[in-house]
Amino acid sequence: MEVKPPVPQVPPAVWSEFKDLQEWEKYHQERGTDDKTSNTLAAIADAIHHMPGGWVVTTSTDKIFNWARRSSIWPVTFGLACCAIEMMATFASRFDVERFGMVPWASPRHSDLMIVSGTVTIKMAPMLKRIYDQMPDPKWVVSMGSCANSGGPFRHGYHVVKGVDRVVPVDVYVPGCPPTPDSLMYGLLKLQEQVAAFQKTGQRPTTADRE
Amino acid sequence: MTSADAIARIRETFGVEPTPEGEALSLALPRERWLAFGRFASHELGCRYFNWLSAIDWKEQGLEVLCRVENLDAGLVVTMRTRLGPGETRCASLAPVWRGADWMERECYDMFGVAFEGHPDLRRILLSEDWEGHPLRKDYAVDTPLAPYR
Repeated sequence: MEVKPPVPQVPPAVWSEFKDLQEWEKYHQERGTDDKTSNTLAAIADAIHHMPGGWVVTTSTDKIFNWARRSSIWPVTFGLACCAIEMMATFASRFDVERFGMVPWASPRHSDLMIVSGTVTIKMAPMLKRIYDQMPDPKWVVSMGSCANSGGPFRHGYHVVKGVDRVVPVDVYVPGCPPTPDSLMYGLLKLQEQVAAFQKTGQRPTTADRE
Repeated sequence: MTSADAIARIRETFGVEPTPEGEALSLALPRERWLAFGRFASHELGCRYFNWLSAIDWKEQGLEVLCRVENLDAGLVVTMRTRLGPGETRCASLAPVWRGADWMERECYDMFGVAFEGHPDLRRILLSEDWEGHPLRKDYAVDTPLAPYR
């Protein structure tokens, strides 16, 4: 007889109990089937893409859109721990990420980037997920510091999420405890490179795409 | 009320021997006399200041509850502790004597699972309400996949 390893019983995530998020998703699903303009535009784009030579047009527009996306990444103002101090220093005038088009914005509804700056506790994780869900697509996440990357010095604590990538998908990991503003800026520039190669398929860019 | 007076009063009333540890008097009580000694320390010894309350998990010997109260006028410090016994989680609450014991006992319940009897509102205070287990117990395995993000 074959012995199977026990399947861990993971209880459902607490954030799924937020009723307004479910309402919001339902609204979008209903709207998606009824929105004639959006459906027509999608059909036109699909037709152009499949015409002979049509992909040249869509790929070129992708490049323009990606240039626009890369040049105005707005991070949501969202600090969790001491890393947030370094993040504020990065936003401030000495390092001045505004020259890259990054404006710290105080609303997730208008933001493209979430910098997870600090320790994510299990109690905080539903709120973090909720802010992430409130951001419009396309959106990116930078995990800043050891705590957000893996749990850091609190990894064996009872209360810490062992890496924020267990809650939201992460694009760039910035190591350090805390990372200096230079490190964070390097990570943000890496993110810009990644955004420049962003495809509508949602696939991660390869090294060839970047060159 | 000097320290020597307090030692004499405690020995006379409760029959336990307080040991001086630095400036503090440390004494172990049977768990039945926990609340009685709290009243005595507050009303007779004048320890109006409730400093802290916590617990120790001695594994198979069970939990021990500790509490530190002070008489700030006389400079008298009393550290009282009681062993609950193996597998026992019930303990008398000090909240009727000191209001400050309210949240400390809620935290102690949160972390160690000590069920304080007579507490007005014994709920979790730091962890979320749907948390399973009491994390500062020695048998709490922190790397077990319990919560959704582990």
